[in-house]
Amino acid sequence: MSAPTETALGLTESRSVGGRILKAVIYLLVLTVFAGPLLALLVGAFGHIKDPTQLSVVPKGFTLDNFRIAFDQGVLKYLLNSFFVVGFGLLLQVVVSVLAGYALARKVFPGMTLALVAILATLMLPEEILALPLSVILSDLPVVHFNLIGTLAGMIVPLGAWGFSILVMTEFMKDVPRELEEAARIDGAGDLRIFAQIILPMCKPALGVIGVFGFTMIWDQYLLPLLVSTDSSSYTLPLALRTLRIDPAVTPGVVMAASLLALLPSVIVFLFFQRSFVSGLSSGALKG
Amino acid sequence: MSLDQAEPAARAAAGSAPREPALRGGGTAGRRGRSRRSGRWWTPWLFLAPALLLFLYFKFIPMASALTMSFQDVQPYLGNRWVGTENYATVLQSHGFREAAWHTVVLAVGETVGAMSLGFALALLMEGQSRRLGFVRSAAFLPVVVPLAVVAELWRIMYHPTGDGMLNSVLGLVGAGPSGFINDPDTSMASIMLTGIWRGAPYDMMIFLAGLTSVDRGLYEAAKVDGASRWQRVWYVTVPGLRSVFSILFILAAIRGLRVFTEVFLLTNGGPNGSTEVVMTLIYKLGLEQNRLGVGAAGAVLLFVATLILTIIVQLLRRRESK
Repeated sequence: MSAPTETALGLTESRSVGGRILKAVIYLLVLTVFAGPLLALLVGAFGHIKDPTQLSVVPKGFTLDNFRIAFDQGVLKYLLNSFFVVGFGLLLQVVVSVLAGYALARKVFPGMTLALVAILATLMLPEEILALPLSVILSDLPVVHFNLIGTLAGMIVPLGAWGFSILVMTEFMKDVPRELEEAARIDGAGDLRIFAQIILPMCKPALGVIGVFGFTMIWDQYLLPLLVSTDSSSYTLPLALRTLRIDPAVTPGVVMAASLLALLPSVIVFLFFQRSFVSGLSSGALKG
Repeated sequence: MSLDQAEPAARAAAGSAPREPALRGGGTAGRRGRSRRSGRWWTPWLFLAPALLLFLYFKFIPMASALTMSFQDVQPYLGNRWVGTENYATVLQSHGFREAAWHTVVLAVGETVGAMSLGFALALLMEGQSRRLGFVRSAAFLPVVVPLAVVAELWRIMYHPTGDGMLNSVLGLVGAGPSGFINDPDTSMASIMLTGIWRGAPYDMMIFLAGLTSVDRGLYEAAKVDGASRWQRVWYVTVPGLRSVFSILFILAAIRGLRVFTEVFLLTNGGPNGSTEVVMTLIYKLGLEQNRLGVGAAGAVLLFVATLILTIIVQLLRRRESK
């Protein structure tokens, strides 16, 4: 036993027989409730499920038919659309956030408070509330007069700037020691160079945080693609699940196969970058 | 975040310019020296430009246009007509909107309270360092990263209303059911809430776990010495220590609850019989299916005002508490 870490309930440290049994029961219950449905989805995607009542966590037989039928229904196309949106959306979001974070963290300039207030205000304006005017504006962007309805670009650019990512980057960039920047300035480096070669390389952990959160945020988008897409050629995978379900010729097994493809990317990203995810959760929520 | 934090540091950086050690932080010569090295006054704005431009296009212009649309009869191709507060009157007097607002509040409160209590219980039960515990926690966290659309489709299948549906079989084991779940107006709201809690509780659990690490261990020891029971320790030491976590989670969850859309849209789309119609599904139907954009925009503005008021109230309460 290592150093005793006291917990609020003291259950974790309990070494008695009763405590051990209680712990095992609780862990099992938690796993069943929270991971059980996802396990059923995994089993169902590879099973012969013709009817919703056949859903179960116990595998009966193994088949790839669900995936074959799903691909015949165009799921591969939807998956590629989703990857396109998340790839370019995340790229844009990260570039925009590091640039804005650099200005807010390393510069003092007139109007800075105004810029900060504007960015904080956007956190109060989620897509849901702006849905109707956004759909109007996307069909005819002011000044430039592009119509983004029915295009994947229409699902990407509105997510390009995200207040959360900018604030995380700003907080992190503030902690990079001034001495490094000064030394570079003495050597005659300009802002772009300092930004790209000094500040950015020091911010890898923060890049991990905004990368992971940006990925899950964009991958989970539903209302925006719903507003933007006009026909199935521009559906993302989450959007296509409903169309699949409504089609009477498609069995629940096929819907589950497509659902599995829709959840795997975000689960994989979470499992690989769990540390970034958890640190971002606590910093984002606790700093308010 | 505040200016006063950044300023001394920036001054130090400006003052450290080589061969000008006397010009610390001010003076026209110093400023000129700095502008040569660290760019001109508009350099920061250049770095901020992409973010501000995108926010202008996709946050501020839409918000302004929601406000104007809410006072107009929006007619594409025919030109909009100013109607004053007529849209607001229509919205506020409509039975459907009031029903939807009530459903939204019920759903938001139910999900917030449910997810927070369950999340707090889970955090207490699974606080600790062991590797096995870490595995259980990660597995329990999975619902949070699963896309909402997948959550909804999966729960639709689990909610299958016949006796041999997945959740009905579980109910059957304890002698209850079968329930119609999302297909029965009496249980449809509770079913959506249950799905929301399933996805929200692990998120709250993670935040509580992060908060628990900052509770002073010495206080637990002291409470033990004073003969406090396990529950007294939780109630008098842990809960007060987590007060700010509780209030932050509450406001985040309540605001998220007010603008709930995707899970309701996919699980019931407001049905059966309007029993789960929430503000956002109603706005969606008004604006995009019936093309009554003005009325929909008025509803959206009211929703925005509600979230704004909620945020301000919680902020005021927190400020008063911390004084």
